[in-house]
Amino acid sequence: MTRTLIMDEPDTRNRLDHMAQGVIGKPLDRPDGAAKVTGTATYAAEYKIDGCLEGVLVTATIAKGEVANIDARAVLEMPGVVGVLHDPRMTVRSAQGGAGKAPKQGPGKIDYYGQPIALVVAETFEQARDASKRLEVEYREEHDAVFDPHAKDAEVEEQTAKSEVQGDLERAMREAAHAIDVTYTTEGHNSAPMEPHAAIAQWDGQTLTVHLSMQMLKYNVKELADAVGLAPERVRLISRYVGGGFGSKLGISAEAVAASLAAMELDRPVRVVMLRQQVFQCVMRRSETSQRFRLAADEEGRLIGFGHEALTSNLPGEKFVEPATQASKFLYRGEHRTIRLEVARVNRMTAGSVRAPGEAVGMLALECAMDELADAIGLDPVELRLRNIPERHPSQGIPYSSRKLAECLTQGAERFGWNGADRAPCSRREGEWWIGTGMATAARVHNLNEAEARVRLCPDGTAIVESDMTDIGTGTYTVLGQIAAEMLGLNPDDVLVRLGDSAFPPGAGSGGSWGAPSTGSAVFEACEAIRAKLAEMLGCTDQELTLKDGLAIVGNRRTSLPDVLAGQELEETGHFKPGEIEEKCHSAMYGAFFAEMGVNAYTGEVRVRRFDGTFALGRVLNCKTARSQCVGGMVWGIGSALTEELVFDRRDGHLVNPDLAEYHVPVNLDVPALDVVLLEERDPAGSPLQAKGVGELGICGAGAAIANAIHHACGVRVRSFPITTDKVLAQLPEP
Amino acid sequence: MRPFTYARADDVAAAVRMSRDGARPIAGGTNLLDLMKLEVEAPDRLVDVNRLPLAQIEPADGGLRIGALVTNSACAADMRIRRDYPVLARAILAGATFQLRNKATTGGNLCQRTRCYYFYNIDQPCNKRVPGSGCGAIGGFNRNHAILGTNELCIATYPGDMAVALCALDATVEIATPDGGGRRLPARDFHRLPGDRPAKDNVLEPGEVITAVTLPPPVGGIQLYRKVRDRASYAFALVSIAAVVRMGEGRIASASLAFGGLAHKPWHDPRIDRALVGNAPSDALFDHAADLLLEGARVWGSNDFKVPLARRTLKAVLREATVTAA
Repeated sequence: MTRTLIMDEPDTRNRLDHMAQGVIGKPLDRPDGAAKVTGTATYAAEYKIDGCLEGVLVTATIAKGEVANIDARAVLEMPGVVGVLHDPRMTVRSAQGGAGKAPKQGPGKIDYYGQPIALVVAETFEQARDASKRLEVEYREEHDAVFDPHAKDAEVEEQTAKSEVQGDLERAMREAAHAIDVTYTTEGHNSAPMEPHAAIAQWDGQTLTVHLSMQMLKYNVKELADAVGLAPERVRLISRYVGGGFGSKLGISAEAVAASLAAMELDRPVRVVMLRQQVFQCVMRRSETSQRFRLAADEEGRLIGFGHEALTSNLPGEKFVEPATQASKFLYRGEHRTIRLEVARVNRMTAGSVRAPGEAVGMLALECAMDELADAIGLDPVELRLRNIPERHPSQGIPYSSRKLAECLTQGAERFGWNGADRAPCSRREGEWWIGTGMATAARVHNLNEAEARVRLCPDGTAIVESDMTDIGTGTYTVLGQIAAEMLGLNPDDVLVRLGDSAFPPGAGSGGSWGAPSTGSAVFEACEAIRAKLAEMLGCTDQELTLKDGLAIVGNRRTSLPDVLAGQELEETGHFKPGEIEEKCHSAMYGAFFAEMGVNAYTGEVRVRRFDGTFALGRVLNCKTARSQCVGGMVWGIGSALTEELVFDRRDGHLVNPDLAEYHVPVNLDVPALDVVLLEERDPAGSPLQAKGVGELGICGAGAAIANAIHHACGVRVRSFPITTDKVLAQLPEP
Repeated sequence: MRPFTYARADDVAAAVRMSRDGARPIAGGTNLLDLMKLEVEAPDRLVDVNRLPLAQIEPADGGLRIGALVTNSACAADMRIRRDYPVLARAILAGATFQLRNKATTGGNLCQRTRCYYFYNIDQPCNKRVPGSGCGAIGGFNRNHAILGTNELCIATYPGDMAVALCALDATVEIATPDGGGRRLPARDFHRLPGDRPAKDNVLEPGEVITAVTLPPPVGGIQLYRKVRDRASYAFALVSIAAVVRMGEGRIASASLAFGGLAHKPWHDPRIDRALVGNAPSDALFDHAADLLLEGARVWGSNDFKVPLARRTLKAVLREATVTAA
């Protein structure tokens, strides 16, 4: 049976707090952890399949034009090469998250340098890779490609649906006691997951089975089926372990489609693993942004005007626009508001969701601008934030649900030892190093997505949870098991969670931080249905029923679950739907970052010395996995502030740094021990679990705390991220 | 990766013979294999030199003789190196990662190739990879490129750290030659400027195999290796400086400086060393040293910052070395 829960109202029942097992929130280890660290967890490309061929994608070496001719003769003569695919059904961009249909197809037309144009298939990977480099491709090149979103000939579209104009910002700026007008820029980012995009496709004439590395199988099935021309029922996807996704695996990408087409054509299994350079060149980037802030404040530092206007970019025809202004809509007060979002059409690889689309760069820039405002007013930046927490949503007028921003700010400041009175730059020096501190607010919209999960309570008193939900390293296996264990009164070891197979009920997928609150709510609802059945079998109400340690307890009667079940298995599917709750109150995750930075007075090198995050993100389902998510997010914050940047050659538009040697993610030495505190919170509007999203909040604003600390350390305000040594050096005072 | 044949050399003579016949020596393979996967390099023969008896560090003429197959990890951990030649240990530890240093060898590391983005991308022009194809870095993105000793053919840098320290220490490279005689040359002369043959990184000729690096008797003094880069570890030097400085009676008694990240070779300018010796440390003196270093500097767009960065880094290093030594 399926039991559906629609979230139309805040859920104030706090059901999980009334359960007896006591495992929710606990720092349980991941059941998949040992397999992962011992190398026995089988990732997509690692399945051993007899007779499997190897495919390597060939990518375009022009940015705009057409493939005039592909001469495969020489390559087909090479040892081991069995085929060259240049099929019009091949996809040339990744599907955007939740698309549910094939992304752009047709490898003959080229829109960006590095676009997939063909697949070479051979008996071994080395043969295929060598042949892929030798394929003779002739192009008809068009010379009007646009690489720079700021170029005069770049076509710019305003996203009017995402724009907001209220009151008169210009006037507010003129009349304000304090006003700043600053523009920040961020460069493009790549998700750079450790596991590259990979697929093994098998075709038996009826069903296409693909082992792959994806985040949202229910959409991916439709996307792949649409691309290859099959009914979705004939496509099965398996994605049990995902070595990082961060948005780059939300939608189907070129390797899975090419592998599938090749398998269907050659009648043999085909594996395609993207080369690291291809993960950079042909999947998804986070758009670079240019963001103008106009902040107008009264004498006391209360915002009367708030302007945030962002220019992003994407390929022609792509609907996704980096929502850089997202948090600006709800975070701070300001009666006179102008919020605008624009997209320039450029010939760079597809822009799409990269961990915390919107806030990752929007909050990075906004929180620096707020620091500049605090500076202009001469106000403690913490106090500036506290004074600008609005009572109601500034444009929609709806109330907020649980929102512990003030608590995060004050408790975070206390824990860090923040001194808001001393904000003069260049006031602390240790040897060659200027030392400074900075802070920023964390904020991220809360998303929910429809999800189903099946829970079976087996006759032996153990349970099995099944959904096509994925675990992209976040701890989904762990927390879904914890929810079922809590609801059914089981030891978590007695709950088996099976994920990542499209044969299971469609979960929410992993994206937008909605995985746990959405699929978790489906598991919760399935367990509610099972509890109702158990109560019925025991002749009691749910309120009278306590489930703990495998026992059903009603009054003084304790019965083991196997005895209650008497050989029967109970199977229920929970179906969670985000209802109208979003329209009634605004739910988001909040926090505060505090950082201490060192800046070398001679060289301009910067080092993170201390970095704290205090977060309020609703109920914490597992304090260990949640903390890890926050830590990971803060590491991303360090990367976006200091090192990460997609660099394009302005002449031909090729990506100059498509590997992990030159695209600099932070390494261990860049990251000090991070202090993460999760505040106790229940958000009744967040989900029936009173939980909200965890996976992205840790980035949203993190880099700004670092940038603000650099300014405090040495007086250098860099408004173009990442803050590399050369940019610091350009403003650095004499040592 | 192109198909290739693989043979193992059991002694130096065999390695020399196979190398003379066109085989590329491979030791740790930490650079060569990456380049072969990308087809930046496509040797049709490899000669594995890992079994040669060249993995010892032994005393020699008052100094040390480091076999070509001594791994970077072993070299940096050797107590004699750490005590008497700390700049070498520090330089090695400033490079790569534990895993890479465990495989990378002394001889192989000297032969590390440039990290120019255009050299690495076979779809782009590069005179070092394909002579005559042009230089993609000039007019393109050249953040990690050279400002000294460049020309219109090539602005690539030698990317390593170990060799910079070897130049400051005035080490000697021992090379086995096809005639059986062998030759020795200063580490400072091992790498070359691009000239009209940017494809050629160093002076090794076909059939020549590095057998050892010898260090002169310890000179003591303060030995520093300062590497400025885009993150705290696992990034190539924007600017690096190896310095061996001795003080005496408030003056610089001896100085030997070498620079990484600035040129097609580890940069050593004897005028800088001479200008420092006999003088009391001062900002003016350090600026004078930087003037000498940067006299012929030429910038290429994205690496303009290397001029002020090199100056500031040099001042920081000289200050630290002279203050510590005093």
